[in-house]
Amino acid sequence: MTENSDSCKYVIRQISVFSENKPGRLSAIAKGLEEADVNIYAFSIAESKGFGVVRLIVDKSTAALKKLADIGFMVSYTDVIGIKMEDRPGGLYETASILGDADINIEYAYAYSGRNGAVLIIRVDDVTSAVKKLLAAGKELIKAEECL
Amino acid sequence: MPVDELRKLQYKLMKTLVYRLYSFSPFYHDRMKDAGVHPDDIRSLADVKKLPFMYKKDLRDNYPNKMFTASTDELVRYHVSSGTTGKPTVVGYTQKDLDVWTESLARSLTSCGIGRGDVMQVSYGYGLFTGGLGLHYGAEKVGATVVPASVGSTEKQITLIQDLNVTAIACTPSYLNHISDVAEKMGVSIKNDTSLRVAVLGAEPWTAGMRDRIQERLGIRAHNIFGTSEISGPMFTDCAEQKGIHIWGDIAYTEVIDSETGENLPDGESGELVVTVLQKEAMPMIRYRVGDITSLDTSVCPCGCTHPRISRLTGRVDDMLIIRGINVFPSQVEHCLMQIPEISGQNYMIIVTRDGSLDSMRVQVELRKEFFSDKIDDLLEIRKKVAYELKNALNVSVDVELTAPDSLPRFEGKAKRVIDRRVL
Repeated sequence: MTENSDSCKYVIRQISVFSENKPGRLSAIAKGLEEADVNIYAFSIAESKGFGVVRLIVDKSTAALKKLADIGFMVSYTDVIGIKMEDRPGGLYETASILGDADINIEYAYAYSGRNGAVLIIRVDDVTSAVKKLLAAGKELIKAEECL
Repeated sequence: MPVDELRKLQYKLMKTLVYRLYSFSPFYHDRMKDAGVHPDDIRSLADVKKLPFMYKKDLRDNYPNKMFTASTDELVRYHVSSGTTGKPTVVGYTQKDLDVWTESLARSLTSCGIGRGDVMQVSYGYGLFTGGLGLHYGAEKVGATVVPASVGSTEKQITLIQDLNVTAIACTPSYLNHISDVAEKMGVSIKNDTSLRVAVLGAEPWTAGMRDRIQERLGIRAHNIFGTSEISGPMFTDCAEQKGIHIWGDIAYTEVIDSETGENLPDGESGELVVTVLQKEAMPMIRYRVGDITSLDTSVCPCGCTHPRISRLTGRVDDMLIIRGINVFPSQVEHCLMQIPEISGQNYMIIVTRDGSLDSMRVQVELRKEFFSDKIDDLLEIRKKVAYELKNALNVSVDVELTAPDSLPRFEGKAKRVIDRRVL
């Protein structure tokens, strides 16, 4: 149990937003978050014909979700993991090779380079086991409280 | 045949038909009783207006064969068309019904100058749809050589038109335009490189302007054909004069009515087409509300023919759409969407456009919140499922667009869920 709750510390809540492919949708999301005084750490857009999913890591996920739902967006939480990387050539390779060696299948991933170094956000099916494997491999993960 | 004699014949056939249905069709017997009409009340053609109407809904309510007045062992064929809510409409035929259908079409093709020595490519769908088999037998009857090409494999169709010296083609006007486009890309000019000289086009609305463009572009005569499975199938065309579609009076009795009042309209006035098929055994239709908008012309045609004519169809009284020759009712779309848990069935939009020469139909649906996923693949899977179910229900390929809940328009009063952007 302690081990599981230990893993929980490293599960970050990503906000996933459904968006039709039409002008003004991203700006509506951004405006809503500004009004709710939410800061965005990282985000990515996955697009397909006609629609896309905007994924956000923010400082106040509860407030962000509520605000986006209130202004009419279809939103949900998704558990993701944030892996700290060295912000230098080879940083991503080190991280990616650990994931490969640990047999962790990534649904999708995106990265950002913040004030405290580079971070790779990954979405996997079994978050708990991925966290354990990454910690065991010596990777430093972002704690959920760092995103609160 | 002189007009007077034709009307006498029509009256005789009508009288026989009404007695027949009153005696053998529980459905129409009850309908006549409800309307307070007895066969003895029909003493002239003018009395036909006393008879109650029949509707497409009646066929659906009596699915599959409760309207039939022939026993199953007398039937030699079924055709099936789309109904309004997913339930199809079944039409049964006795051998005589097929013979009358073929006879009607044979006369029509003859009036377009098609006969022995012609090679006719039938590029209507063969199968449950009446277009393919209808034209097939009609063309054989007049002695033409039939190429039963059906729809699709357009490049092969063009090769056949060239190699078999095809002189006549039967298809939808949009498919003929598509054939011309594809031929041009292949470096084939239908006008200069083929023997094609005449086309019999229908199963979807088209204008005289489009006819002129087709005639000019392909160097052919383009005739207009009319029919619907409820009356047998494609049966009537315009003649060489191209001044309206001749409805053979001994085969059908034609009226044009005001949709609201049900009153007969005089020649030249636009209204809803009502057809009584005078010689039909398996599934006779009396005063069937076809739903197409047209006008009647009972004057003698410049070709000398005394049979009444109807003008080019200009639209529908209901919300039926015709997509690449296939009838689609918005209610069918709704019925199908209602069965899919991942989306909201009540809110949807249908957008019809014409890309190049082919119709294309897009359906916008609202995803349900519970099924929203951050993974694009999950969402694509839902879209694929909706497209698959719609294709199954409508027989037409549909583009599906997923939208967020509550993002599509809501309607107060009558919903306008169809946007038809096709320019005829």
